[in-house]
Amino acid sequence: MIDNHSNALTPVENTRQLIRPVLVSAALFMLLTGLAYPLATTALARLLFPAQAGGSLIGHDGAWSGSAVIGQDFKQPQYFHARPSATTGPDPANPSQSVDQPYNAALSGASNLGPTSKKLFDQVSARAIAYRQENGLAATAMVPVDAVTASASGLDPDISLANAQLQVERVARARGWPAQSLQARVDEQATPRQLGVLGEPRVNVLKLNLALDALAAPSAAVK
Amino acid sequence: MSFDYAQFAIVVTAMLLMVGVAGTWLTRVLSSSHHGGPERLTYRLLGIAPDEGMTWKRYGLALLLSNAAMMLLGYLLLRIQDLLPFDSLQRPAQSADLAFNTAASFVTNTNWQSYSGESSLSNFSQMAVITFLMTASAAAGIAGCAAFIRGLSRKCTNDLGNYWVDFTRTIYRVLLPACLVLALVYVWQGMPQTLTSSVTATTLEGAKQQILIGPVASLEAIKHIGTNGGGFFGMNAAHPFENPTPLTNMLHMLAMFLIPSALTFTFGSMLMRRRQGWAFLAAFLVMFVGFLAVVYHAEQQGNPLLAQAGADQQWSALQSGGNLEGKEMRFGMAQTSMFVAVTTAATTGSVNAMHDSLTPMGGLVPLALMMMNDVFGGVGVGFINLVGYAILTVFLIGMMIGRTPEFLGKKIDAREMKLVMLAVLAHPFCILGFTALAAVWPATVASLNNSGPHGFSELLYAYTSGTANNGSAFAGLNANTPFFNITIGLAMLFGRYFTLLPMLAVAGSLAMKKSVPEGPGTLPTATPLFTGLLIFVILVVGGLTFLPALALGPIIEHLLMSAGQWF
Repeated sequence: MIDNHSNALTPVENTRQLIRPVLVSAALFMLLTGLAYPLATTALARLLFPAQAGGSLIGHDGAWSGSAVIGQDFKQPQYFHARPSATTGPDPANPSQSVDQPYNAALSGASNLGPTSKKLFDQVSARAIAYRQENGLAATAMVPVDAVTASASGLDPDISLANAQLQVERVARARGWPAQSLQARVDEQATPRQLGVLGEPRVNVLKLNLALDALAAPSAAVK
Repeated sequence: MSFDYAQFAIVVTAMLLMVGVAGTWLTRVLSSSHHGGPERLTYRLLGIAPDEGMTWKRYGLALLLSNAAMMLLGYLLLRIQDLLPFDSLQRPAQSADLAFNTAASFVTNTNWQSYSGESSLSNFSQMAVITFLMTASAAAGIAGCAAFIRGLSRKCTNDLGNYWVDFTRTIYRVLLPACLVLALVYVWQGMPQTLTSSVTATTLEGAKQQILIGPVASLEAIKHIGTNGGGFFGMNAAHPFENPTPLTNMLHMLAMFLIPSALTFTFGSMLMRRRQGWAFLAAFLVMFVGFLAVVYHAEQQGNPLLAQAGADQQWSALQSGGNLEGKEMRFGMAQTSMFVAVTTAATTGSVNAMHDSLTPMGGLVPLALMMMNDVFGGVGVGFINLVGYAILTVFLIGMMIGRTPEFLGKKIDAREMKLVMLAVLAHPFCILGFTALAAVWPATVASLNNSGPHGFSELLYAYTSGTANNGSAFAGLNANTPFFNITIGLAMLFGRYFTLLPMLAVAGSLAMKKSVPEGPGTLPTATPLFTGLLIFVILVVGGLTFLPALALGPIIEHLLMSAGQWF
């Protein structure tokens, strides 16, 4: 048995004894775990992994072309297109209203539509029709699910291999390249399962498109 | 598909391998009599005597009051956010009801977020409020569990240990070192860690893309190790900066399991009943694997309505297939389903997919896991809940076979049973009561993102998540209204303290008792038979309480979806 002095105290005295540790611990641990810990991590991260710590940016200061892990919106035919994105942003005409703004990396967002939502069904149907037209598929062809569903973050950088494969012909035509050599570039750029087992094989759309732009002449691609 | 099963096996195996190491470490931290230098300095600043034992009441009061002070500090910092540094984007301070909700949410280890991190919090708040409260609430949970375990292991005493020592040591010896290492691994994999708020890029098509960054990795590390769950960004661990690779996804899951699973080992060590610890871990695992199977199957199967719209959800070598709405490509169905099960089992609430867009049966799994609230459970409290159910099981079996219930060598009397029932009943009372209130409250319908049974599921999910201190959401629900901020805030506080404090009282009352020698009439509690009965009691008592509510939400939605009905 511990000596029972704290039990002999009235609740008021008991509480009064606790005032100092209660107040000091709140302030102390705020400073330690809320400032010292994240700031120390920041310093170490900048030292060890400066590129990742700064957001894995591509390009150089003042002329960043994006982040390697964040998706971008692509509409032009000579680029591979990313997944649909449900992010929104302020309306330029009226900032108090928000409008669709795909791949807005300042405000991640998803549709949050449930599985029996009519709106979801309509969205997916419309995207499937557009995807078939864009890529010259038959009107009844099934479309890879990632090409017609919005991602969780709205910033998904990747598409499936199936989705990339169906876009090859369109991109090749727009660039005037042979489809076969373009498919070879896609295979080259594909991200395999991490450590051989983790996650899914996929294609990072921004990195693939950057690689295509870097191949200045189509003759280089043929080799 | 074999890759999917391989990934399940890797996570479970890695988790089991860590149990012994982390469990031994935690045991040493919680039972060592040595105070380190920084610890002694801390005790001097706090003005406490580290060797003073506390009764359960004093321990509970210290926990409660220090949590109250931290919550108040967090609330004040959120209210004056616009005056604080590190924010080039000049985000405004949170409103009173939102700041109350946020502070209550993070101090109770819930991490429900009525706000979106990008638009609402500065880098200073992400560190000094969010990261701080995440660490403190995890340490308080582990401390509470330590006192609880001491109560079960000691006899004829009222000494449950010293709250300040448990709290300080957990932070210095466990949380901070583990988080620092994990955070650096996260940065290596692609998580930002900087004080800069935003950069602007020019996309390949010439548009401007503003990319928000900040001290993400340090927050993510404690968020998962402390089973907190609140995201730096609105879309939480689905955001590529919070979860850049499949490896970080796996580390998130292992980090969430680390302490809840290790505590079963710590319990076994501190009671000198190793087998009992393994029996509890087995109960966790069996239930977890069962629920994982349900959600994985449902999500890989996909949504028949999407197939009708032309989406190919079949698995092939070129795609994962499945219901990909609200999911990320890099995780696929396996790592997404497992994350859903882990985050709600360990009541973290971090999400790497939008639970609102899960299939009905897939969405039932996180709901059910939070309703039971003791499949692993949050750091500390999940284990306490499981022991509460174990006591209930002993009592029910004692009634059936006509013997005085005993547990771990202690007689279970009316007082303990009443307290256990208070803890067990507070949970459904809070969830179902608030859901019912919200369902009849006039203005709530405007907050729903989906209609039909799914709209009801959004409400049910919100209060289940709040009460279970999980924090994940069917995020279509617009919860940033005074009604939701206040009621969910209260649900989080009730859910935390009305289970923690009664169970501390149980521990205090068991510690006072003499130990009775095991005789032929004692029901052995470290056997597969008992583990099976325990799971049965959890499913019957925990599950059946909620079955009517589940029937109105996900179950009927599943039937309607199969019939091709939409809303």
